[in-house]
Amino acid sequence: MSFPDPIAVFRTEAAELLEQVETGLLDLNHDLTDKEQVDAVFRGLHTLKGSGAMFGFEALAAFTHHCETAFDQVRKGIVPATHDLVTAVLSATDHMRALIEVPNGDHDAVSETLLAKLRAAVTAAGGGGAVAAPAAIAASAAPNTPAAPAAPATTTYKMRFSLPANSMANGTNPLGLLDELRDLGECRIKADQSSIPSLDMLMPTDLYLTWDIVLTTEQPRSAIDDVFIFVMDEMQLDLEVVDVPSAPAAAQPAPAAAPATPVATADPPAAPAVSSEHAPAAAKANPVADAKQAKSAENVRVPAERLDELMDRVGELVIAQSRLSQLAGVSGDLQLRAVSEDVERLSGELRDTMMVLRMVPVTHLFGRFRRLVHDLAIETGKSIELITEGETTEVDKSVIERLADPLVHLVRNSCDHGLESAQERVAAGKSETGRIYLTARQQAGEVIITIKDDGRGINRDRVRAKAESSGLITPNANLTDQELLQLIFQPGFSTAQQVTNLSGRGVGMDVVKRTIDALRGTINVVSHNGQGSEISLAIPLTLAIIDGLLVRVGNGRYVIPLSAVEECLELSVDEDMRSRGRSFISLRDSLVPFIRLRELFHTGTAPDPFQKVVVISTGSERVGLVVDQIIGDHQTVIKGMSKLHHDVATFSGATILGDGGVALILDVGHLVAEGQHQEAHLRAAG
Amino acid sequence: MSEALRKIPDHLWDGREELEVLVFDIAGEMFALEAVKVQEILDLLPETTVPGAKRFVGSVINFRGKVIPLADIRLAFGMQASQATIDSRIIVIELDIDGEPTLTGIRTDKVYEVTTLLKAAGEPPPSVGMQWRPDFIDCLVRRGGEFIIMPNLHRIFSVHHEHSATGSQ
Repeated sequence: MSFPDPIAVFRTEAAELLEQVETGLLDLNHDLTDKEQVDAVFRGLHTLKGSGAMFGFEALAAFTHHCETAFDQVRKGIVPATHDLVTAVLSATDHMRALIEVPNGDHDAVSETLLAKLRAAVTAAGGGGAVAAPAAIAASAAPNTPAAPAAPATTTYKMRFSLPANSMANGTNPLGLLDELRDLGECRIKADQSSIPSLDMLMPTDLYLTWDIVLTTEQPRSAIDDVFIFVMDEMQLDLEVVDVPSAPAAAQPAPAAAPATPVATADPPAAPAVSSEHAPAAAKANPVADAKQAKSAENVRVPAERLDELMDRVGELVIAQSRLSQLAGVSGDLQLRAVSEDVERLSGELRDTMMVLRMVPVTHLFGRFRRLVHDLAIETGKSIELITEGETTEVDKSVIERLADPLVHLVRNSCDHGLESAQERVAAGKSETGRIYLTARQQAGEVIITIKDDGRGINRDRVRAKAESSGLITPNANLTDQELLQLIFQPGFSTAQQVTNLSGRGVGMDVVKRTIDALRGTINVVSHNGQGSEISLAIPLTLAIIDGLLVRVGNGRYVIPLSAVEECLELSVDEDMRSRGRSFISLRDSLVPFIRLRELFHTGTAPDPFQKVVVISTGSERVGLVVDQIIGDHQTVIKGMSKLHHDVATFSGATILGDGGVALILDVGHLVAEGQHQEAHLRAAG
Repeated sequence: MSEALRKIPDHLWDGREELEVLVFDIAGEMFALEAVKVQEILDLLPETTVPGAKRFVGSVINFRGKVIPLADIRLAFGMQASQATIDSRIIVIELDIDGEPTLTGIRTDKVYEVTTLLKAAGEPPPSVGMQWRPDFIDCLVRRGGEFIIMPNLHRIFSVHHEHSATGSQ
């Protein structure tokens, strides 16, 4: 296993940070007073700046610095958060992505424009542009400690500060923090060396010191918190307020005093204010820190390909295990059988666990649509609200990745075509804000993702007219409602009267259809005139495994996806004889064409005396497949076929059976087409 | 025959003077492939025929939990398939097909040894007098009294990849 490239690691981390910042910004846009989000955005930007500089992304660090400064002012309450500011920083995050992608490119012009926008937003919001830091702190002092008198009252704090032993390995520099404390006022720091071990036990990279600090400052308590803001989760800080800056107090060994306990009360106006402010802060900070720690312990970043490798190994194990149980079954050795059963159970569990490992919640996928809708709302001048539901629904990772593009098309379409302008909406008696619902839920082996809007709905007459004019259907063709609506997924189809920046070029919807087909999913469209439309994508939970029906044709074994199977019946000798030449069976009241797989595959073997017909369906078409034997259902781990076999359209993949043999998976859609082709051929001949 | 084919291609030796190769037998001829490209040598495995595929890659095998195609170079050269013998082996190599690294099995009649071939002993394939298509051969290398054929797998597989209809039943 190669050591991961640090730059690549930084990129992944930066992408996550940016996403975090973006989420924070969007949340902030909803509630501009949300202090927590302001802090989250600030922290994200700060970390990005720091690690950017560390990995040599100087341009990124410099650019991010300005955004961070702007948010610092928001955080300190000098500048209120405004929608303009949020939008400016949002577009700045896009630029940051570019800076990460091409660190050495020519970005100066773009950077300047964005920064000018940012400055304008800050100025408009009431900030004085670049505000000097000390002034900012002084200005924020008043609102933060309302009980404190306006005159600069000094307070003396006694602190005992320690960090975990490994914190220096994470890049934390405690001396820097102490320097920052010194900047706040008169400060006496004493290092407690009692826990330094003897030299032979000493790890040079570990931190053994604890500091006792006495700080006399005019700054409010929050200024101290700011110093420690980035180590808050891991540090231990006991803080007391003392009024007299006396030397003996510092010399005393600091007891592990409970935080927020005001020891002295000689300064009545300041002390209660601080303690009352501190107590809730501490109570609040702790759960947050706990949650954070729990979160970082839960997640391990693993490259997807390693998961795939592991999956392959598990597949091999399952196969080896089934050979073992075969042997055990034959030998009759009870002990061997017991072991074999244990191995069987374990490998089955391992496989199940493996499947779960690949599942990720759709939160991640839905997250980016908030940004998309935000941008689209600005672009179209409509007021749009995105409501997401069921973000915890889990889907196979590879499915999620491939769903992103189709969903973008669908959401864009809803925003652009589906939703009316504000005036139209009001005229139609709807609320001014258009709503788009993006929901995910699980339903029996499938995940259903729905994009619903409350717009004008699909205009069926226009769809029909357009389809007729472009020759997709014959004039006055008799179509069901669903068939008509499905026409929008035909290549080159678009009912938009004019091409907009967003959509209307007719590319996109057919891409949606193709991608969903490739995922073995289905699309369902519901539309009510004037009330909106709803597009549901039903996608199998995983690409890696399907339920299949294992059949034998000649000497070969094949898997038919169980989801396509309607029923199985026996092809009687009579019927077999009668149907020679026309290849139809009557199934209840309808005629169903069938394909003799033995002939299609040129097996050259004699048919079994009792052949079976497996009736499969692809939407409206039904077709029977004549096989020699139905072996049973089979949990099929799908393996792709190599490019050398991409020309063989009859099969969509292969799988490995319990005995180590390979069975090919039939591509149902293609077989139906093939059957019809063969049918037409026969008709033409006869 | 164009002159280009009469040169020993540079990509094979890549500036090296000698090459470590795996020598094997197909239809009585000695072939060699660069040893580092060979992943594994397998005994014959149960094969699964892929109906409708080109005969040259007419089946797939289970190679350690992966389904990989099994190619018969003989058929690529337009020769008849032969019966498996006790010496038959499958060589698994990684090929680049349309930019995608693809594990592929190659059926051989016998695998001899890993040996070192000298660039100085190499010469371009003769344009006539061979039962093997010269454009599928990178070069011949003399060793002792024999010639060892270095096949151009890239060309063999890409030709068959492009002309998907050829050779199918």
